[in-house]
Amino acid sequence: MMSGLFYISGMALEEKRAWILAVVAACAYAVYLALVLPRLLDAPAADVPYAAALLWTAGIAVGTTIALHVAVRMAAPRDDGRRDERDREIGVFGEHVGHSFVVLGAVAALLLALAEADHFWIANALYLAFALSAITESISKIAAYRRGVPRW
Amino acid sequence: MRPTRVTNSIRELRFARGRMTQAELADRVGVTRQTIIAIEQGRYSPSLEMAFQIAHALGATLDEVFQYPQDEGDPP
Repeated sequence: MMSGLFYISGMALEEKRAWILAVVAACAYAVYLALVLPRLLDAPAADVPYAAALLWTAGIAVGTTIALHVAVRMAAPRDDGRRDERDREIGVFGEHVGHSFVVLGAVAALLLALAEADHFWIANALYLAFALSAITESISKIAAYRRGVPRW
Repeated sequence: MRPTRVTNSIRELRFARGRMTQAELADRVGVTRQTIIAIEQGRYSPSLEMAFQIAHALGATLDEVFQYPQDEGDPP
């Protein structure tokens, strides 16, 4: 059953890992929003408890990603886990795209801090940036595996 | 979008070399089967080093394996 779920013929191991990260990151952030947004409607941002939800969803996302990476590796014994120059090139391309969102999040957090915004907004700007970074990095990698690495 | 203008004859040469499979070629070159598939389909342009390794594995010259279309007006 597990092998049926995780061994998709013709898909590189690194592409499977990109799919896992994209889905897990999107789901974790969606759960976080579902937990915190209703609270934000009832109270000012300074009084909204968000830290536990943020840490739990981020922690569970990291743990789930690691567990699923191990699962796809074990379920696909024919994949030798080799990482060749195409994987590395696509990896660099994806990280290049994803890191841009980390920079944007850092700039947003800096501006919020300078404006003396509440910790809630600074933490959430950073968490959103991390989530977008993971999702866009993964989507970029998947697109590169499917359609090729863009040349410019 | 086609990421590369490089075309190749890997598939034809594999069949000409006793129906070598993509997996066998990948093992000889030291890359994944998915990379060989991507190169054959024109979705990935390999490095010069990998191109030479593929040519050697197929027992062919680089020109026999890879082709690059010349634009009109380009020097021959």
